[in-house]
Amino acid sequence: MACPQCDLLHRVDEISVDSTARCARCGTVLFTPRSGAIERLVALAIASLVLMVVALTFPFLEMSAQGFSSHASVLDTITAFAGGFMAPLSLAIAGFIVFLPVLRLCAMIYALWPLIFDRPPAPGATAAFRLASNLKPWSMAEIFMIGVAVALVKMVGMATIVFGPAFWAFGFLVVFVTMIDVMMCERTIWRILDTR
Amino acid sequence: MTARAAGLVGCRHCGSVWPSDAATCDLCGGPLSSRQPNSLQRVWAWWWAGAIFYVPANLYPMLRTDLMGRESADTILGGVVELVHHHAYFVAAVVFFASIMIPMGKFAAIAYLAIVIRRGGQIQSHSLHLLHEVVEFIGRWSMIDVFVVAVLSALVHLSFAVNINPGLAAICFALSVVFTMLSALSFDPRIIYDAAEVRE
Repeated sequence: MACPQCDLLHRVDEISVDSTARCARCGTVLFTPRSGAIERLVALAIASLVLMVVALTFPFLEMSAQGFSSHASVLDTITAFAGGFMAPLSLAIAGFIVFLPVLRLCAMIYALWPLIFDRPPAPGATAAFRLASNLKPWSMAEIFMIGVAVALVKMVGMATIVFGPAFWAFGFLVVFVTMIDVMMCERTIWRILDTR
Repeated sequence: MTARAAGLVGCRHCGSVWPSDAATCDLCGGPLSSRQPNSLQRVWAWWWAGAIFYVPANLYPMLRTDLMGRESADTILGGVVELVHHHAYFVAAVVFFASIMIPMGKFAAIAYLAIVIRRGGQIQSHSLHLLHEVVEFIGRWSMIDVFVVAVLSALVHLSFAVNINPGLAAICFALSVVFTMLSALSFDPRIIYDAAEVRE
């Protein structure tokens, strides 16, 4: 195989589970197979999808100050720019925090599900897994959550904030997606997809 | 030995190698190219697009706050100054880093990479490679500011007392972040090691 970062050729034999293979020149992690990783990835992806549904249907944040109160759902946040010429930004935000993460998780589940049961990959599994890999930089759920945190700190002292169920759902979703990113070794999965 | 020197082409998705005339990877279906064609030109094109939008992103207001009928507008830098006035030093630091230091640093880092690769001289391939990975990883985090504006505008609608609306800078800033992400993604890290090999 060739290192995807520096193009150095390597001869790859069997890589034992729980060990890590790095590129001899640039140190990029080539393979890091872990036992039970695929089962865990699929479980985390399904859990994340469920949390996304909760996050979209329940109240997100509520604030009150001096007798006035207002609330916002995740959808309100997306449509914050909907009025006027900034409407495309609403679409982009919807993509970054909802559609692309959901698409990525679905593609991942579709490609990995049959592997759990030692079945051959589903038709189009390679295309689905490649899509999931390409979407990675563009799913920004975790960045959204940090943005929420910054917004809340800006309002501390000026208003009382109540966290809705959607807030906690989105918070856990971020944790799960981060765990997926950490555990995922794409090239190991490509090898498994290839050999089944 | 590199795949190119061996007359092969390596897939950037799955790492498998193919004869140099193959166009798509048989294993994962991804497009193959020994080196991203015109990598540096693409980097510069997206770089300029990002830099151009970064100017209005700083000049126009990010947030328009309507307090009891009086409207005030905050630019990115103005927002940081306000946070410092409210003694929210930690958040001020986070916003300062995410919306000012990171974008500036990213422009500088990408330009530095592209210039060093083109011009030559001694190349520290490992540190350049690290720099590229950091830029690629950190770029998306600049989006924080856009999300802050979205949350504040959605949440703060207290009848006539306080209303927050997004300003023109939000969309310019978002475009600038997307363009610089594309610029970093267009950079093919393999050319760093090519350039280092040429000098050896």
